[in-house]
Amino acid sequence: MSTLAVFYAVLFYVATLVLLGGLAYRIYEYSRTPAPLKIPTTPAPTTRAGVAYRMGREVVLFESLFKSNKWIWVFGWMFHVGLLLVLLRHIRYFQEPVWFWVEIVQPFGMYASFAMVAGLAGLWARRFLVDRVRYISTPSDHLMLALLIGIGLSGMMMTFVSRTDIVALKAFMLGLMTFDFQPLPTDGPLLVHLTLVALLMIIFPVSKLLHAPGVFFSPTRNQTENPREHRHIAPWAAALEKNKP
Amino acid sequence: MAAPQFEVPKLSDSALTEVPEVQEGAMSHVKAFVAGQAAQEFLGYPWELGDDWKERVIGRMGEVLQKYRSVRVFLDACVHCGACTDKCHYYLGTGDANNMPVARQDLMRKVYRRYFTLPGKIAPWLVGAEDLTRETLDQWFNYYHQCSECRRCSVYCPYGIDTAEITMAGREILNYAGYGQKYSNEILAKVQKIGNNLGLPGPALEDTLAGLEEDIEMDTGVPVKMPLDVEGAEILLVTPSADFFSEPHVESLIGYAKVFHAAGVSWTLSSHASEAGNFGLFNGSYEQMRTIAMRIRDAALELGVKRIVVGECGHAWRVAYSYWNTLTGIGYGGDDPFAKQLQDQLDPRYPQPMHICEYTWDLIQQGVLKFDKSANDHRVITFHDSCNVARGSRMGKEPGGQFTIPRNIIKAVANNFHDMAAETIGESTFCCGGGGGVLTDDLMEVRVKGALPRMNAYNAVAKDQGVNFLALICAICKAQFTKVLPYYGFDMGQVGGVHQLVSTAIKLED
Ligand code: SF4
Ligand code: SF4
Repeated sequence: MSTLAVFYAVLFYVATLVLLGGLAYRIYEYSRTPAPLKIPTTPAPTTRAGVAYRMGREVVLFESLFKSNKWIWVFGWMFHVGLLLVLLRHIRYFQEPVWFWVEIVQPFGMYASFAMVAGLAGLWARRFLVDRVRYISTPSDHLMLALLIGIGLSGMMMTFVSRTDIVALKAFMLGLMTFDFQPLPTDGPLLVHLTLVALLMIIFPVSKLLHAPGVFFSPTRNQTENPREHRHIAPWAAALEKNKP
Repeated sequence: MAAPQFEVPKLSDSALTEVPEVQEGAMSHVKAFVAGQAAQEFLGYPWELGDDWKERVIGRMGEVLQKYRSVRVFLDACVHCGACTDKCHYYLGTGDANNMPVARQDLMRKVYRRYFTLPGKIAPWLVGAEDLTRETLDQWFNYYHQCSECRRCSVYCPYGIDTAEITMAGREILNYAGYGQKYSNEILAKVQKIGNNLGLPGPALEDTLAGLEEDIEMDTGVPVKMPLDVEGAEILLVTPSADFFSEPHVESLIGYAKVFHAAGVSWTLSSHASEAGNFGLFNGSYEQMRTIAMRIRDAALELGVKRIVVGECGHAWRVAYSYWNTLTGIGYGGDDPFAKQLQDQLDPRYPQPMHICEYTWDLIQQGVLKFDKSANDHRVITFHDSCNVARGSRMGKEPGGQFTIPRNIIKAVANNFHDMAAETIGESTFCCGGGGGVLTDDLMEVRVKGALPRMNAYNAVAKDQGVNFLALICAICKAQFTKVLPYYGFDMGQVGGVHQLVSTAIKLED
């Protein structure tokens, strides 16, 4: 196996460990930190089912963002839905045989990449054009968009311009999963694509991408609004009752 | 009204407020008065920054991150999308960059990133992380007292990030470092020493109530009572102390008394719990908030009441509705001895605590109260949803009852009602500009400018529908608008409570 293949093999093992380990740690940390008071943004659902429905609308439709700003909503939603389809399409590179619904997603996933990159471009344009958003943008905000657009464009290059040896790539990926190492094609767009994806995986648990798990832990959205009927109390707060009644 | 030291914003031609361009530092000169030694020491905080202030700030920040999931998740999750940037009334009224909710959070986030996250430790320049400096701390003080903790931004953030939680954490940390705000902390000391925010001692309260009883009887010929400390009464009324002597607040107090009288129920006020307000909320101090709320529990146990009703006050209702059960066991569902002791005493047929509007609306629906609606015909009324009631609590059984119930009451007691623009009411309501510990003369510029979005919406209904009465259910809103309306060319007499309207129209029998 070439040095290059070894390098990418190691890179992807590290990236996967960092992503999974990092996210697991974050989720542990969020779930361990108590929310001592009932702070759902009202009007809020009064049942668990209602909360699940509210959260579903947030995660699938970006409901609050829709209320808030139609431009950000359009670009953000395009990007996320595009990304989702593209990710689903990529499942085919990690399994043999391929699930039938992944086959169905395949053509949509290819063109969804356009929506994804267009959405990202729109979001990036706002960072220059809207003075308020320009003011709050940090270098990392710009770089994150550059990274995602880089991933999208390098991927599209392979799909639509200079095709990579996809059979060999799939063999490499399946090999990584079974510790049966295979050679890696060496064309430019592929190596750029793989490098940027690994980078994204590594920074995920320490960056603002934490909004993905974060939204599920947001007390203003995930709490049931029933404070008069249920006594909600955090362990550290209950201790106050024991110390000085 | 003294001549303002600043330019009062111009009202717009429509109900909506134009989004201003970003102006860095437009409000950096406005700084609340800093708390002095007496108040800080009473509350157990240092009263000036010591040599170790940095360690104290970072240390306390670490503790807050352990105790409050909201703060931790909110500091991590923001993607700087900018959706909240034009949602804060203080930004709309001032254009100051740091009054954009996300920028207000970033004042803390940059320190959080630097001391608590890996990228901020390695490459601070990349992720907007910064060392904690005295300058940053001063920015915290200035801009965490230009936020009324109204939660409007949290409605519009895709992750529900509530800047109020960050502001509260900021104030809590500042207090630990010895950098408290004079207004809020003096009130916090007063309520714990004397029993209410105004520092009105028991005997003075008794006199005031006796005087009010005489006034009502002279006015109506009916001996409506204002009982104090009556053991065995069915209902304990807890109301903001401003209701006892401020105008127009007292008119609502008279309204509650008339409703109780008409219902023929036994009720009482308590000299021990003569304050519904709880500024512990504003400072993000669970402990202070709990200590203050305990007075109500104690009074309820001592007097043996069956029901607890809360008067017109926005943040007080948020604390009562959303937190009292947690803090003191006033509510239901507790299975611990502490909660049970009280919950077994309360009458399970009614929600506990109950808002005075819920109480009155129930009676209206049962047909117990009779009104002469024409008595309010000189008024053309609109209703301002108080931020804490709208976005931090509920009334009635259904979500959104906090919007319908007060309006239903108004429509039951008066003939002329018009809502303000839909974008400015309900869950989208704009804060009055004086909430969250900002209601002090040293922040007058913040208060006047922050009221702009509400004033634009009010101006539109005043012009188009002839509205001349702004109905409120909050002691802070009442005080704020009384002061601020004149800056925008309205008479301060246009401000009043929902139960003031009830009081005007209710028909009483002996
Ligand atoms: S809307 Fe939420 S995520 Fe977007 S900038 Fe504001 S706080 Fe951050
Ligand atoms: S809580 Fe209210 S005052 Fe504070 S930043 Fe958000 S919108 Fe502005």
